[in-house]
Amino acid sequence: MAEELKYVEKWNSKINELKLGAAKADGGTRGKVFKVGNQASLPYLFKEGDIPFAPIIAAEVYDVPEDDWPQALTEDLKDVFRHPLDWAVKMVEEAGADLVCLKLQGIHPDLGGKSAKDAQGLAVALLKKLNTPMVVLGCGQADTDNEVLPLVSEATKGERLLFGDVVQENYKTLTAACIADGHNIIAESPIDVNIAKQLNILVSDLGMPQDRIIINPTIGALGYGIEYAYSIMERARNAALSGDRMLAMPFICFAGQEAWSAKEARVIEAEAPQWGNARQRGIMWEVVTAMAMLHAGADILTMRHPEAIRIVKAAIADLMRH
Amino acid sequence: MYIIGELINGMYKNVARAIAERDKTFVQSLAQLQVEAGAAALDLSCGPLSRSPLDDMLWLIDVVQDSVQVSLSLDTTKLNIMEEGLKRLRKNGIINSTSADLERLEAYLPLANKYNASLIALTMDKKGVPQDKDRRLELAAFILDVAQRNGLSPSSIFLDPILMPINVAQNQLFGILEALRDFKLLSDPAPKTVVGLSNISQGAKDRRLINRTFLTMAQGFGLDSAILDPLDEALMESLIAGELILNKTIYCADFVAAYRKSKRI
Repeated sequence: MAEELKYVEKWNSKINELKLGAAKADGGTRGKVFKVGNQASLPYLFKEGDIPFAPIIAAEVYDVPEDDWPQALTEDLKDVFRHPLDWAVKMVEEAGADLVCLKLQGIHPDLGGKSAKDAQGLAVALLKKLNTPMVVLGCGQADTDNEVLPLVSEATKGERLLFGDVVQENYKTLTAACIADGHNIIAESPIDVNIAKQLNILVSDLGMPQDRIIINPTIGALGYGIEYAYSIMERARNAALSGDRMLAMPFICFAGQEAWSAKEARVIEAEAPQWGNARQRGIMWEVVTAMAMLHAGADILTMRHPEAIRIVKAAIADLMRH
Repeated sequence: MYIIGELINGMYKNVARAIAERDKTFVQSLAQLQVEAGAAALDLSCGPLSRSPLDDMLWLIDVVQDSVQVSLSLDTTKLNIMEEGLKRLRKNGIINSTSADLERLEAYLPLANKYNASLIALTMDKKGVPQDKDRRLELAAFILDVAQRNGLSPSSIFLDPILMPINVAQNQLFGILEALRDFKLLSDPAPKTVVGLSNISQGAKDRRLINRTFLTMAQGFGLDSAILDPLDEALMESLIAGELILNKTIYCADFVAAYRKSKRI
């Protein structure tokens, strides 16, 4: 492929390197840690500049089972769906995910109203069970997240996890907690490069080091605005590689969440026989969405289906071979 | 925009004093202030009053390099001082400057090659400063031709059309803007362009207003670099807004702060 690259661009800047997980020597307890970012090139153009780290996959694990997931997804997870610890182990050990992304859906007052103590307990238990760092997400309701996530951050202090998401309207509480406890943070913007840049300024103005911020650019699944997400990420990367430090953060893309919301991934075979096997269709929807995001520059993908994770993991290994 | 800070110049009385008294703190703080304000390089000049220009230049280089990590532009007309200075640099430097005269080009081009430096080339020769755009282009083409024959890439050349004071040559300024644009078409890769901004307002009132208005217009004509006073806040803010309008940086609500955090555009 490299032979086809007729015009080689040399950039004068790099993406920040984000360290995920702290080993004993760095004040944590993680046996395995990751680095992402630090590219001096657009994705996979190895001739243009260094691409030191492969993208990693975080498998989503929920504290309470999600009612809304289609059968194509739940069927393969049915043994572990109600047991977050087993679920996490399955995704890392069997599916080959690099780490897990713990979604604390159950703290939402309408979805279980689990206590902060439950959330802390689960996060700590997960860290005990796995030797990797993890991503920790709130339930999406600002007040609840502002109450619970700082406590989870404190309970996992020093492990250099990745917490999210902060948005332009609500970033101070969680950012302050993550600064104090030594974690990284996800800054989310609604497919809008201007807001992504602004939020990075706001978060770093609070005192968060720039190399502990990761951008969630918000993406659309295949068929639902994926091109738009791509163009926003491409624009941000071009700016970052040209020297714009306020966009030089790595990307996290929620490929699983978006793909499994698409109609094409959800409709059962009986309702659309012409679309073929629902399980295969759903998996491929997630795979294709994830692959497009890798080419747009994703550094961390969050995914859901074990089979999709296996396929994308193998594809990443292929892409990094050069 | 590649900003070369102009303030360390013995032409200014306080700098001349600092050089004469070897006041390291003064010079280093002037260097730091300019870099913090957005300068990607600093111009160093001992000024006309220096009694030992070689020692003064080497001293300036050493103290500035000890305090900031940017490229230095050596502003001297003496070839030996230029070479001794280039030897001393820890990062690739900028030679400021040569004219379009063959003997000067043939003296400075080998230095640029030898020390991996960029070269500021003024589009003027022994006959003086051109009165119109065509003559500027002619001299620019000559400079690029000699440079290429001496093995220096046009991308290492900063062509300077020589900005004339507004109260002396008002009728030339639009031609200078056009020259900035047309210089870029003379070679592939294109040369870079630079102006010594404060020239335009020599002897005029409201100097800062004139400076920043010209700079914004020159940005529109594709200017790559300017030697200017980065501590002029209004000037820097106009420049930052200009880069946004030209779509060279990505807009955000706090775009001035974003520029300052990135330290360059």
